[in-house]
Amino acid sequence: MQWVNDIIQGILTGGLYALFACGLSLMFGVMKVVNLAHGDLAVVAGYIAVGVIAVTHIPVLWSFVIVVPIMAVLGYVLQRTLIQAALNRGVLITLMVTFGLSVVIENGLLQFFTANSRGLGVNNAFITSSFSIGSQITIPYLLLLIFGVAVVVLLGLQYFLSRSKYGRLIRAVADDKEAAQLCGVDYRHVFGIAAAIAFSTVALAGIAYGMYSQLAPTTGTDTILLFAFAAVVIGGLGSLWGTLLGGVILGVAQLIGAQINTSDEVLAGYIVFLAVLLIRPQGLTARRAR
Amino acid sequence: MSTVTETTARSADKFRVTRSRRNVAWTGVGALIAVIVLERLPYIVYSGTTTILVQAFIVLTLACMWNLLAGYAGLVSVGQQGFVGLGAYFVLIFALQGISPFWALPLAALCSGAAAFPLWWLVSRLRSGYFAIATWVLAATIMLVFERISALGSGTGLPLPGLSGFSTAILNADIYWAALTVTVVALATTYLLLRGRLGLVLTAIRDDEVAARSSGARVGLTRMIVFVIAGIGCGAAGGVLAISQLGVQPAGVFSISWTAEMAFAVIIGGLGTIEGPILGTAVFMVLQQTLASYNAWYLIIFGSVAILVALFARRGLWGLVDEYAHVRLFPVGYWLWTGGESRRGLRWRRGGRSS
Repeated sequence: MQWVNDIIQGILTGGLYALFACGLSLMFGVMKVVNLAHGDLAVVAGYIAVGVIAVTHIPVLWSFVIVVPIMAVLGYVLQRTLIQAALNRGVLITLMVTFGLSVVIENGLLQFFTANSRGLGVNNAFITSSFSIGSQITIPYLLLLIFGVAVVVLLGLQYFLSRSKYGRLIRAVADDKEAAQLCGVDYRHVFGIAAAIAFSTVALAGIAYGMYSQLAPTTGTDTILLFAFAAVVIGGLGSLWGTLLGGVILGVAQLIGAQINTSDEVLAGYIVFLAVLLIRPQGLTARRAR
Repeated sequence: MSTVTETTARSADKFRVTRSRRNVAWTGVGALIAVIVLERLPYIVYSGTTTILVQAFIVLTLACMWNLLAGYAGLVSVGQQGFVGLGAYFVLIFALQGISPFWALPLAALCSGAAAFPLWWLVSRLRSGYFAIATWVLAATIMLVFERISALGSGTGLPLPGLSGFSTAILNADIYWAALTVTVVALATTYLLLRGRLGLVLTAIRDDEVAARSSGARVGLTRMIVFVIAGIGCGAAGGVLAISQLGVQPAGVFSISWTAEMAFAVIIGGLGTIEGPILGTAVFMVLQQTLASYNAWYLIIFGSVAILVALFARRGLWGLVDEYAHVRLFPVGYWLWTGGESRRGLRWRRGGRSS
């Protein structure tokens, strides 16, 4: 029964990883930007949440109401300035600029907020409590909530991109930005909107991870970015539901690894990632790699 | 590029192709003198200076390799710290077998290169941006694997055996010479490779991958060769790092700051030039030494400068020098002289479309 419990936990953790990944996936799908600062921005969002809660005493679960708009605006501004400027100069420059941004953010956090890790809502009753099914299976409410949020975000994105007018615009620009421009769409603005959406999910990811575990300046790269990427590759590039599947597989692999040896949790996830890369580089769900 | 008029094009016999606009024999002499002076340095200066220079040599070797990857092969790898760590650990493994760390250094470099083959096979399945993160994941995985091995000190690492017989002064000098040798070999190899066939293929790929492919350039193979060479070079730098720190600490040798330092040095100095990494490393060392007491500030400033340079002066500091003075100390391309016009001094063109 311990195994059943672990697998359920792994599946639910997969929701968190899918939440990490969908911003990365969206930025790549629309702007063809691989944002190496993705994880660090999530940590920034988490730190903003810590600050917001300290100042306004808002309940931790509602901190997203303030943090998500802040990050969305930041996403729009960053896309219209730095990332767009890099994009105009090519793929390599974009990678270098986002890598530079990642290093600057990480060391900035280290400099101003020390290397200490911070949690969100450490004493919150909801976050620490869980419910049991039978005697062996214990499910934390928080993980269930995060999984639910991930599913809602993915459903929302799916619906938004395929049904709404703005979603159509985003897809048009992603397909051919020059043609869209000719039809009277300012593709830079659409890119900015897409970045704002991506950054909103990044904000949710940062807050969720802060509640689930602890945030430190290095969490952004060694956990969030790399796990998000592993989930994207396992699931298949450019597929939103594949990302959820990838996250779930990564989560389950990590918990099985942790069962074998507590220090092998992360390694087990990466081994599954490398195996997928080896056997099926286009990912598990993708028909063709984009 | 439209400066070739019909008249000059017709008088084809007046065209002349040289490696450089200026005679660069003096560069060779200068480089030789520089190496000789650097080689004599341990007899002249205190060991504090040579220790700083060892650090500079490590960064320069790494920058040189990253320049090959990103500047010539178009491969932005952010996982080169994986090879730094591999090199360091191979030196440790050989030293534990009783081999002197200094003899273990070339072996370790070759082993890192050998490890690059299977790793390339894995990451080459992904392109540009995803390639970058995949290398990062690989580096993290390699670190986790080494941290598991208790014979190599698990998460804390081990001191290097085989260095206790030396007196401090001699050890410092030996470390310095090892670092200098690695750097000179790395620079010379890069220069010679780029002057040769590999350089030609790489330039063709950089300018237009599809055209290069259709002209018979073996793009995948060429990139693999560069990745392996970078593996050897970064492994050698990692080996020097292990010896200079007298031991291996997994968190230190596998740190992402190695990749940050090498990448920023190349971007600031000038991507795709041999002089660039040298200049970039100099800038880095000055920054690091002046900001040494302000913890993380040197990486914040270095990174911000790199972002600005990448955006507003894409060819880096050396690109600016080249633009105004038309100087290449280590020319790997060609200059095309359009006959008759050279007397006027400024009408020159560069072969290829690299500007």
